[in-house]
Amino acid sequence: MDVIFPYMPLEFYTRVNYYACLHASRSHTSHPQPVTGVPLPHNRKNDVALNIGLLRALRSLLPPESVLVDAEDMRPFECDGLAVYRQLPMVVVLPETIEQVQCIMRLCHAQQVPVVARGAGTGLSGGALPLADGVLLSLAKFKRILSIDPHNAMATVQPGVRNLAISEAAATYGMYYAPDPSSQIACTIGGNVAENSGGVHCLKYGLTVHNILMLKVVTMEGDLLTIGAETLDSPGYDLLALMTGSEGMLGIIVEVTVKLLAKPERAQVVLAAFDDVVKAGEAVGAIISAGIIPAGLEMMDNLAIQAAEDFVHAGYPRDAEAILLCELDGTHAEVSEYIATVRKILTGSGATEVRTAVDEAERQLFWKGRKSAFPAVGRISPDYYCMDGTIPRRQLPHVLRRISEMSAEYGLAVANVFHAGDGNLHPLILFDANKPGELERTEEYGRRILQLCVEVGGTITGEHGVGIEKIDQMCLQFNNTELAQFHAVKAAFDPSGLLNPGKAVPTLPRCAEFGAMHVHHGKLSHPELERF
Amino acid sequence: MDEQDISLALQQQVLDAFQNKTPLAITGGGSKSFLGRTAVHAQPIDISKHRGIVEYDPCELVLTARSGTPLQEIEAALAEAGQMLAFEPPHFGDSATLGGTIACALSGPRRPYSGSARDFVLGCQMLNGRGEILRFGGQVMKNVAGYDVSRLMVGTYGTLGILLETSLKVLPRPAASITVASECSAAEAIASMSGLLGKPYPVDGACYHGDRCYVRISGSAQAVKEARTRIAGDVVADAEKFWHALREHELPFFRHPSLSGKARLYRIMVKPATPPLSIEGSWLLDWGGAQRWLRSDEDIATLRRRVELAGGHVTVFRGGDRDEEIFQPLSGPLLTIHQRLKASFDPKNIFNRGRLYADL
Ligand SMILES: Cc1cc2nc3c(=O)[nH]c(=O)nc-3n(C[C@H](O)[C@H](O)[C@H](O)COP(=O)(O)OP(=O)(O)OC[C@H]3O[C@@H](n4cnc5c(N)ncnc54)[C@H](O)[C@@H]3O)c2cc1C
Repeated sequence: MDVIFPYMPLEFYTRVNYYACLHASRSHTSHPQPVTGVPLPHNRKNDVALNIGLLRALRSLLPPESVLVDAEDMRPFECDGLAVYRQLPMVVVLPETIEQVQCIMRLCHAQQVPVVARGAGTGLSGGALPLADGVLLSLAKFKRILSIDPHNAMATVQPGVRNLAISEAAATYGMYYAPDPSSQIACTIGGNVAENSGGVHCLKYGLTVHNILMLKVVTMEGDLLTIGAETLDSPGYDLLALMTGSEGMLGIIVEVTVKLLAKPERAQVVLAAFDDVVKAGEAVGAIISAGIIPAGLEMMDNLAIQAAEDFVHAGYPRDAEAILLCELDGTHAEVSEYIATVRKILTGSGATEVRTAVDEAERQLFWKGRKSAFPAVGRISPDYYCMDGTIPRRQLPHVLRRISEMSAEYGLAVANVFHAGDGNLHPLILFDANKPGELERTEEYGRRILQLCVEVGGTITGEHGVGIEKIDQMCLQFNNTELAQFHAVKAAFDPSGLLNPGKAVPTLPRCAEFGAMHVHHGKLSHPELERF
Repeated sequence: MDEQDISLALQQQVLDAFQNKTPLAITGGGSKSFLGRTAVHAQPIDISKHRGIVEYDPCELVLTARSGTPLQEIEAALAEAGQMLAFEPPHFGDSATLGGTIACALSGPRRPYSGSARDFVLGCQMLNGRGEILRFGGQVMKNVAGYDVSRLMVGTYGTLGILLETSLKVLPRPAASITVASECSAAEAIASMSGLLGKPYPVDGACYHGDRCYVRISGSAQAVKEARTRIAGDVVADAEKFWHALREHELPFFRHPSLSGKARLYRIMVKPATPPLSIEGSWLLDWGGAQRWLRSDEDIATLRRRVELAGGHVTVFRGGDRDEEIFQPLSGPLLTIHQRLKASFDPKNIFNRGRLYADL
């Protein structure tokens, strides 16, 4: 069987990304500045003489085609998947050896020039957004698979290797790399580590942090560190956990050793339709309570179902208010046993229809609908804004109801697609950036969804990262001492603060300015005050 | 069950220690005092009274408990709901607490197959060396807001701060489990255990001990039945007892009289398929060959050199000179980062000074 889902052609993702950039640029000419509600990170003073010196040094280090300074050449690096934020860097460099990365870092460190790392640029929080006076360091040329070791169930790859390429290479040995973000055909393993990316199978197989063993990392000072080990644990602090999800703030990842798993013998997916989203949510809890951990447990609401059907004709019931996709994997008999149990639970939870994919082709098709949900929604609306909160599963009915109430309040439609098994929501807010005021309304709606997630004991981001997008919402989730501790952790790796500055962790003055009600750990600091 | 939240009292003790630069030795149940280095002489700070399960909803697969909560109490609550700590932590004594288990990053036989203690940590509340109470992570499965400080805390031996509360992901207990064993050489055992990594069987334990290779198979009733036909070996009676004794170091191998003399118990981590290392002593291989126990008189420096060549690392688990480096020394740049991190959490270096490394 095949547990991989290579659905969208590669161009699709790059096209979405570039088109998004272009689209945003066009709207830039019609509106003076796409309002983001969040100011871009403060850029340092541009010292022309110093910059000329830096460029000269970079050119002596790298071949000419690996140092880009023309606006046209740098355009593709202007934004990531969140195209409302965009900025041309001072220079784009494309090194291809670890030594080159070390030299670039030493140069930048000596001249106090900020550096932003970039993988494939599919990130959805503006993490790889360049700085005007900074170096954009692309890992695109690090795309070799260095070794595959089936006996020790591991593979060592360069950071620019695409997620899916690892599983394709491991397939020869009947193995695969488990985390499977929907962008897996395009996103890089380096970006996955930097974001601690998940996928539809992480309910059972874990996130990136659970599936890597060792990293090679170049610090801002140009030192090469080995973090983790080829063994199951390594001496000292668990810096591997700290690096994972650190959004390019602590070091440049130049090599990744991942765990490989044996491909399950069989995987089956059950599709259940519901006439009520709440019932679907309850069915999720019922499956988990029965002691079953499905390989994937995903939910889509009616708008998402419609969009996916129009796009890929997955065979979803169009009239359903919600569908659940529940994948069971394991040995033959095990899967049969689980399918029977899960079908019973779904029917008992009020499903109007329960269908097991008849063959591998239909299973792939069911997943294709889910995995292409974002682009599918992209087709029915000029723009969409993807949110990424996570909540305790029991809060699902309440949160869905609030999202739909707010949808009416803001006059903006929302399609819900989510990793129901682990409570990770992806409400997609539909809007048109060319309609004056709509982007601002969308962003405000989005912020309120995130606030709601924190209020019910969840988090503002499950897998897409904070980046520049959710930097203010960090002030809702963490208090000043916690944020100060984060800054101190960063300083331990990057004392000069030159790596991806302005992302992921807000400064304390910024939070004071944001001045939002502090919703800390599910509790409002001033519950007596009326909320807007 | 006497539940108690004494976090404010603990905070006051830390604030005083911060003021006076008093070194503190964090103690829970004391069951892990034999692990790690001898810390510098310090004033004890007892967290064993900070106890109780704060939240547990089996449906969410998440349990949150205070650090002083006995591991036994947590496991009993989980068992009642048909769930478990899937990293199968060793207790090393009845007094084992959650905090100590997490601080020492202890995982049992299931570790290579379902993950380590740190893999199951979702969030924590901690006291840093400035006496600030901080919360990181949360009670949800996926959370990438901020650096992953809660997982960083795992295995720090209390050197970065006092864990007050930890939220863990828990899992359903497998419906069925059997263990099969077959006689073979160490080399054969390593080959077959590492071969299982490439097979989609529900294996959740593999060990080589006393010329026998033990494989534990757990999962749904059907899965176990099916896998049984594919994995060679005789069914072991009383298998639960065996895995328990292995986990708790209660097998005669770990209780050998030589350990009260000159011999040390070394924990050797290598890639699982690494062939048997020709080092004098008695061996027991756990974690499918990835964690190897060696009872030997060999001195640590020589041993480390040999194991490093095989890409592994060594901990002096029991015995020997506890003032020496017990854990594999860190390279220069890594040590610098460790020291800076330590200073960022504990600027006056009050917590468990020297317990992990002499220079931390
Ligand atoms: C259609 C679509 C579907 C998606 N689905 C999912 C999903 O299912 N699950 C999920 O988790 N995400 C998903 N994403 C988000 C995105 O694909 C992931 O965050 C991915 O891991 C980003 O990888 P990248 O190579 O594109 O990184 P980039 O976007 O280039 O960079 C992301 C961050 O990582 C840093 N970075 C990149 N490479 C390195 C490196 N080598 N060293 C240090 N820092 C580095 C950057 O500075 C930046 O902060 C989706 C995105 C799209 C467009």
